[in-house]
Amino acid sequence: MLHLLVFSVFGLVCVAGAVNLLVQRHPINSALSLVVVMGSLAVEYLLLGAEFVAAVQVIVYAGAIMVLFVFVIMLLNAGVEDRSKGSRVAMLFGVPGVLIGSVLVAWVLVARSGTGNVAVGALPGPPKVIGWLLFHDFLLPFEVTSVLVLIAIMGAVVLANHPGSAQQRSTQPDKREG
Amino acid sequence: MVPLSYYLVLSGILFACGVTGFLIKRNIITVFMSIELMLNGVNLSFVAFAAQWHALSGQVFVFFVMVVAAAETAVGLAIIIAVYRTRETLNVDRVNLLKL
Amino acid sequence: MIKIAIALGVLLTAVAYTVWLERKVVGHIQNRWGPTRVGPFGLLQPLADGVKFIFKEDLIPPHVYKPLFIAAPMIALIFALTSISLIPVGNWITVFGIHTPLEIVDVNIGLLVVLGITSLGVYGVALAGWSSNSKYSLLGGLRASAQMVSYEISLGLSLVGVLIMAGSFSLRDIVDAQGGTFWGFIPRWNIFHGQFVAFFIYLMAAYAETNRIPFDLPEAETELVAGYHTEYSAMKFAMFFMAEYANMITVACLATLLFLGGWHGPLFGPPVLQAILPVFWFVAKIFAFLFLYIWVRGTLPRFRYDQLMAFGWKFLLPLAIANLVITALVVALSA
Repeated sequence: MLHLLVFSVFGLVCVAGAVNLLVQRHPINSALSLVVVMGSLAVEYLLLGAEFVAAVQVIVYAGAIMVLFVFVIMLLNAGVEDRSKGSRVAMLFGVPGVLIGSVLVAWVLVARSGTGNVAVGALPGPPKVIGWLLFHDFLLPFEVTSVLVLIAIMGAVVLANHPGSAQQRSTQPDKREG
Repeated sequence: MVPLSYYLVLSGILFACGVTGFLIKRNIITVFMSIELMLNGVNLSFVAFAAQWHALSGQVFVFFVMVVAAAETAVGLAIIIAVYRTRETLNVDRVNLLKL
Repeated sequence: MIKIAIALGVLLTAVAYTVWLERKVVGHIQNRWGPTRVGPFGLLQPLADGVKFIFKEDLIPPHVYKPLFIAAPMIALIFALTSISLIPVGNWITVFGIHTPLEIVDVNIGLLVVLGITSLGVYGVALAGWSSNSKYSLLGGLRASAQMVSYEISLGLSLVGVLIMAGSFSLRDIVDAQGGTFWGFIPRWNIFHGQFVAFFIYLMAAYAETNRIPFDLPEAETELVAGYHTEYSAMKFAMFFMAEYANMITVACLATLLFLGGWHGPLFGPPVLQAILPVFWFVAKIFAFLFLYIWVRGTLPRFRYDQLMAFGWKFLLPLAIANLVITALVVALSA
């Protein structure tokens, strides 16, 4: 009973945050609602017993990725977004379409999925077991993702270093000195 | 005891909100955030199924999704900054020509 | 519930008196007395400061983005105060027949939760800088959040060495692994047990995380007026102030638990004294760590921003990774 209550409360917070992300016109409000969504998702993970994933969700997703988003919004001084013709058309057809689609999916899932109940904290194992899995069964994906992160770092550095920027002009040697 | 389908419905709602945001939003950063919302919805369904079938590989896959999301965010935001430098706008409707 | 009330009360008093301690110590380093007039040795100065903050006019400038302006100091303070709930301060004690551990809750991933709360504390700073709608605040907020995020990585990595040696995320288990002594007199604290380099990485990353000298460019008074809290006055400024010192105390608690052996120390005397003595040792170690913090603040000049970021990414991060690899090798080979 308490499980259902906590699940519903944080599920509602998730959905409210997601809808707020759509409704708000300024990106900073959307970013903060996304942080709220991630926080309540972390609580949902805790309910399922995935405490390590919940902690990593808060540290990585809400604490680093979303900070990056907020940073870029602050840096680029993004303003209130304006409504164009394209966006009005998309809203007219897109929102009802997605609503109908999701109601259909939800009905199928609840009525016919044939899956059972999940207890609180159903997932077994301390974080040690996850580490074991990461380094034994999933070693190849682990190494591949580390290469992926390396590529992402290099890509970000290259993209940030665009030629002719003030930083490059000031670090190039002064050619007038003979 | 919460039925698994409730978790899946929540995951589906989050994914649907992400898709809606991707379609209707015009600010490129908000579009990007809708993508993150979709990824979060998918993570929830992974963990829910892992809990039901007592298989920890669902959790491990969530890590990989998070790492990919982080890498994608880094590169995507760098691209957004580069686009802003040349086009001076964050509205996706105005970034519709290859040549300025 | 009583534990929460006690912990909160103790923490807020500790924050206030850390301010007093800092003003006295920095004053003596600079060859002057600190506060001396309000009460003996200036001990009532924090009380006077608190009264001043409450009665000062709480100005909200017209050009700010109000919801975030009001929420940002609350966010900073909430996250700074929440992390105290996971810090164990002593062994199990029996008070009035209730056998209870001396912490509010013992989560088996305690360390990760503290790190997560530290990560979330960046939002207070970033949003304060942005919502103030002024150039000094924006720059200060951007710099501060970039600095905190960069040094969080080295902070976390320096702690993984300790984790490998202890084998558990729970803070209580990590401290319990540090009981006993080598050769009878050197305590088995992690700092002597091979995590010396990790301790110094943690120290430097902690200075940067809490925005203290030598890394306090985001709130440098001589450069950015007051950085991200320029536009704040009275109670909201007091909240930022308290959040900064509460963060300092949290970081000091973590250092004590993970590197300096927590509450282990020589125990003597009757059983009543033996129950209280671990808490005393814990507080003494935190006091030593805070003194080190304040000593460095009074002595060193501050880094320039690019020097600061270069130090974090090009020196501390490789060093932390090297420490992690070496610790993992040693533990794996000796098991």
